[in-house]
Amino acid sequence: MSIIQKSATEQLALLQCGQLTSVELTQAYLERIKAVDTSVGAFLRVESEAALTQAAEIDRRRTAGESLGKLAGLPVAIKDILCTKGTPTTCGSRMLENFVPPYNATVVEKLQAADAVILGRTNMDEFAMGSSTENSAYHPTHNPWDTSRIPGGSSGGAAACVSADMAPLSVGTDTGGSIRQPAALCGCVGLKPTYGRVSRYGLIAFASSLDQIGPLAKTVEDAALLMEVLAGYDPLDSTSVDIPVPAYTASVSQPLENLTLGVVDHHFGEGIDPEIETAVKQAIATYESLGASIQHIELPHADYGIATYYIIAPCEASSNLARYDGAHYGYRADQAEVLAEDGSDDGPLVRMYRKTRSEGFGAEVQRRIMLGTYALSEGYYDAFYLKAQKVRRLIQKDYNQAFEQVDMIIGPVTANPAFAKGEKTSNPMAMYLEDLYTVTANLAGVAGISLPCGFTESGLPIGLQLQAAPFQEEKLLRAAHMFQNATDFHTRRPELS
Amino acid sequence: MSLTRQDVEKVALLARLKFDDEQLDKMTDHMVQIVQYVDKLSELDTDDVEPMAHALDINNALADDVSRPSLPREEALKNAPKSDDEYFRVPAVLGE
Repeated sequence: MSIIQKSATEQLALLQCGQLTSVELTQAYLERIKAVDTSVGAFLRVESEAALTQAAEIDRRRTAGESLGKLAGLPVAIKDILCTKGTPTTCGSRMLENFVPPYNATVVEKLQAADAVILGRTNMDEFAMGSSTENSAYHPTHNPWDTSRIPGGSSGGAAACVSADMAPLSVGTDTGGSIRQPAALCGCVGLKPTYGRVSRYGLIAFASSLDQIGPLAKTVEDAALLMEVLAGYDPLDSTSVDIPVPAYTASVSQPLENLTLGVVDHHFGEGIDPEIETAVKQAIATYESLGASIQHIELPHADYGIATYYIIAPCEASSNLARYDGAHYGYRADQAEVLAEDGSDDGPLVRMYRKTRSEGFGAEVQRRIMLGTYALSEGYYDAFYLKAQKVRRLIQKDYNQAFEQVDMIIGPVTANPAFAKGEKTSNPMAMYLEDLYTVTANLAGVAGISLPCGFTESGLPIGLQLQAAPFQEEKLLRAAHMFQNATDFHTRRPELS
Repeated sequence: MSLTRQDVEKVALLARLKFDDEQLDKMTDHMVQIVQYVDKLSELDTDDVEPMAHALDINNALADDVSRPSLPREEALKNAPKSDDEYFRVPAVLGE
């Protein structure tokens, strides 16, 4: 087994005992990226030189006996949505093509403090809006298991790079499923933490009440390792919560006793791919064989999740993305062209705004800004936004009631395996329904994890979702580990040449 | 609830976006579909439900009122498409 096929946890042990240097490991990943990323397209930018310099410095400090951070020497890929001082951060958009943040996101500081080696920036749907990474303004990402298919999104690059052994760990974000869905479609582990568990400071905002940063990795232990570094209170994010971070890595391999899992019956049946239904039901049976008890529960308002989400998220997006005005940072339309426009009632400034935003944003981002602006506009606010906020409360209450009966909810991540490129691009509503099983966790603010639980006959990965009450990531990881321990789906890797 | 091409044009101005005729048709078509779908929420009686803005029970997270270093002006202006030594530059706002 080559070094890049090992888990991050195994690599870290080798680094710590001196059998492996960070330069060797980083070099191995850079070579892998060079060999296969032309066919996957997971990265927007690979920072080879900076990564090797950083790796050499960590090796030097290790040799000198200096104290090192928790991830010392491990390469990590970062979704291109987290501000990194002095390094371009594009959010997959033309709007931010030349944007160089003047400050670091808190999680970037945490990764640096943990002595992680930053390998590069991963591709994503523009402003994290999408479920296929086809909305990137730069290039699409392809699913490593079948490059004619999408990797999921919006953290498609983050999932694909882990799945194709181009990075041992990567950081993604999840607003309606953007970590869990690509993790499921690419066959890796992806954790969406509780809202407030990880600081959002320096995360380019899409929908602020839903966005959360989390880890993607090959194994549950690796996800626990990265989560331990990412999590924690941050005074710079007023929605981050001051609760101590458990030592996830210390407990991850301890099985949970008397685990009660809730199954939602209407997750199955109509609309779900039969191969996914079979794999998920098999996973439920595996848990039973491990001593878990299964209870049938209801989430009565879950069917309203997509409708609620596609009001709330666009409303927040239209407000958040108002900052892209062509004046302070980012793209601006050509001044001469703006002034030459005739037949417009708008003044020069408004013309500049409109032309800048129409040229700088892609179609899906514009669609969501339009939806949000419409839903928040005079006369419609009560019918859309206020109504959605009320239904959001009902969805949260469903979860609260469920977690009084069960420890976790078990079910599918997606209704279908990875779909073909272009299949849903002309039908926004079909794309939105991709998030059916994932959006409710964001609306309610609960934690969710996706882990590999099988493959279709044609060899595409299938994901299993576990959801737990707020701040129960430790239990979630332990439960996920129980399944991983009893199965070998996580050990399979795609064949790429 | 019906959404017309004229409504979409009005919203485009509010959103500071601009579409040509073909884009406007497509946007109208997509928005109509999505609005029809989300109208599903009207099936639910929510009269006595308190709206939920976000998932946490945090209100007014206040920071101590102490000054700390902020972004130097030249750093703040660095990413601007157009600026001079002191200001962001934009097309004329008043008169024409």
